[in-house]
Amino acid sequence: MAQAFFGGVHPNDMKAATNEKAIEQLAPPAKVVIPMSMHFGAPCTPLVKVGDYVKVGQKIGEFHGLGAPIHASVSGKVIAVEPRPYNMGGNMMAVVIENDGKDELSEEVKAPENPDSLTVDEMVEAVKNAGIVGMGGATFPTHVKISGGIGKVDTVIINGAECEPYITGDHRTMLERPEEIIGGATYLAKMFGVDKVIIGVEDNKQNGIDVMNKVIAEKHAPVVVEPLHCRYPQGGEKQLCQAITGKQVPPGGLPSNIGCAVFNINTTCAIFRAITQGMPVVRKIVTVSGSGVIEPKNLECPIGTPVSNLFDACGGLKEGTYKLIMGGPMMGMAQYTTDVPVGKGTGAMLAFCEKEEQTVENPQCIRCGKCVEACPMHLEPLFMYQYASKGMVDELNEAHIMDCMECGACAYICPARMHLTHMFKTGKQLVKNKAAADKAAAEAKKAAQEKKEA
Amino acid sequence: MTDYKNLKLIATSSPHIRSAENTRSIMLDVIIAMLPALAYATWQFGLKALTLTAVSAAACVFWEWLYRTLLKKPQSIGDLSAVVTGMLLAFVCPVTTPYWVIVIGAFFSIVLVKQLFGGIGKNFLNPALVGRACLLASYVGYMTTWLDPAAGKAPLMGLVADTMTGATPMSYLKTGDLAALAEKYSVLDMFLGKTGGSLGEVSALMLIAGGVWLLYRKVISWHIPAAYIGTVAVLSLLFPKGGADNLQFMLYSVFGGGLMLGAIFMATDYATSPVTKKGQLIYGIGCGLFTVFIRYFGSYNEGVCYSIMVMNLFVPLIDKYTKPVRFGTVKSAKKEAAAK
Repeated sequence: MAQAFFGGVHPNDMKAATNEKAIEQLAPPAKVVIPMSMHFGAPCTPLVKVGDYVKVGQKIGEFHGLGAPIHASVSGKVIAVEPRPYNMGGNMMAVVIENDGKDELSEEVKAPENPDSLTVDEMVEAVKNAGIVGMGGATFPTHVKISGGIGKVDTVIINGAECEPYITGDHRTMLERPEEIIGGATYLAKMFGVDKVIIGVEDNKQNGIDVMNKVIAEKHAPVVVEPLHCRYPQGGEKQLCQAITGKQVPPGGLPSNIGCAVFNINTTCAIFRAITQGMPVVRKIVTVSGSGVIEPKNLECPIGTPVSNLFDACGGLKEGTYKLIMGGPMMGMAQYTTDVPVGKGTGAMLAFCEKEEQTVENPQCIRCGKCVEACPMHLEPLFMYQYASKGMVDELNEAHIMDCMECGACAYICPARMHLTHMFKTGKQLVKNKAAADKAAAEAKKAAQEKKEA
Repeated sequence: MTDYKNLKLIATSSPHIRSAENTRSIMLDVIIAMLPALAYATWQFGLKALTLTAVSAAACVFWEWLYRTLLKKPQSIGDLSAVVTGMLLAFVCPVTTPYWVIVIGAFFSIVLVKQLFGGIGKNFLNPALVGRACLLASYVGYMTTWLDPAAGKAPLMGLVADTMTGATPMSYLKTGDLAALAEKYSVLDMFLGKTGGSLGEVSALMLIAGGVWLLYRKVISWHIPAAYIGTVAVLSLLFPKGGADNLQFMLYSVFGGGLMLGAIFMATDYATSPVTKKGQLIYGIGCGLFTVFIRYFGSYNEGVCYSIMVMNLFVPLIDKYTKPVRFGTVKSAKKEAAAK
């Protein structure tokens, strides 16, 4: 068993609702809404206009700088290219496609003749063209992570922790598509030039571990499965690196700083499909669960499927549903409409109708220190909360607020039910604003100085 | 199918789930943990122990309610922290304390120490201990009159026993006259609580039982009580007074006075103890040192109350110097040290 990471909490995992349920294909939605931002980086530019006919896998959005291309997930006519609600709140430019139900594959999708003979550059190019991003939710462009890590990375880790409660998509993938995971991991080993890839899996998925070990043995793949003790946030990139290698990513750094690269289970499957079939990311496995869902399921659906279609497929929502969450309950975003579409990073869609939300009026910190104990980044949330609520930017910096990854462990454990994570999001923005203002002031001063000298 | 347009949705920040534990459940656990000691006090000192504790708790709740009502602040008595303060205040007073005196003590505890500094979590001194200290300063007579169960007259019900002034086990420890103490109370008496003393402090056994409950419920961690009691134990083992037997002196010191009550229930008060485990160890050791110093060299027989109050004042300083090591800096720090 691997070493531990700091802090952490043990929320009830709630996975029993869906972990025995095989991945089902969603009935084709009548239309899909594909937002031009489903990755970390600037939004893509749409390549199609209203009236165009598009096919599955056809590129419809081009990226600039840091990003990944976006592809049509169904075949049909483009009926709108306009801003629509999306998962990050507010609206985003989106391509709306009316599904003709034919699922015609685009000519752009070409499987290489011999995937195993591809060079490293060709494989990275395939990953880039497929529009693969971190599918665990961070949505960092995968080709950037690979090309930036080659030469620096000696430990490639596949993140199968799936530590967020309710979500079972990765677990089901391990059980139903182990060949894709092991195959993708083998290609990753090839790209990074390492002789083994480590899959970190929490020990509440023992059957998943067994299935993957069987495939590894059959294929003699350069992959090992490392069971991990269940604890949230095991699947945090820095925590997983720490649990598996014992090393800590330096402040403000990336796993590549300590020779690690981390890929999600479904990202690994997408890499496998991109290299063997030339298939871009057009479908996503989503766990639909929570007390408000009548029949929780794991559904595979085209990217851009409105979440109302997912709920329909699960028998609808219960009376009194008060919260919809895209993602897990610890870090997911609450949604204000069911019009938001499934994106590349959407792993779950939850609906709550019971007493999950336990807020109190006028919460008062009792200084119990449980947040300090729970913080995996060794921060002191109770003090950061005071500084952020009073706008004390210098103190926030000294408290290293920018190290906070907003995992929510502190707020989860807080007996006073303080809105810690929320306050840190605000506090981080204060720090960023101050840094920007300082920079602008310094530049203005410099300009004035130069003017004076001239 | 569901009418998605008419859902009444809230869109708050993550996390969307919370652990079941809350302030009220923690305070309830502390109250439960005090019940064995309260039951024992009632058995030993009579019903007055129970009524005095009830009056004290009620007075604390009343003062908190009154203060927050008069100042138009959100009501907070529901968190039960005032009940805990009231019970602890009664625990550190003699059972003979008049009801009106404890009501005044409750005022000191709740209004002066807790509410004037902003309410729960904001006080920098332990409210119950300040309440006791104020009463000791104001009503020395009432606060140093002890019932003597060893006189054999302490009844189960009603107060007709002889009272004594001054001669608690702690006064024997002060002089180091262990022979006289052993004649009066055996170590077992001290452990079980068959001695004179404040209402809730006498039975080490019952207090330890409460401490086990708090540890089991993860309300407190072992750090403060272990560091505190450990420090007192080690020092009294090494330096017995008056040439007494080391082990015997240590046992009397640990089970005597308010040490168990202080280490388990007072020093572990969240608001007035450090937030990191390292800080809690330092704080516990500090409490132990001051307790031994006051017991050995001070003019009071007992030092638990004042040691904890003094260490309360050090908490911001301890917090400042025991911050957790920043994630990701351990290795580089070592490397730099190696480079030098």
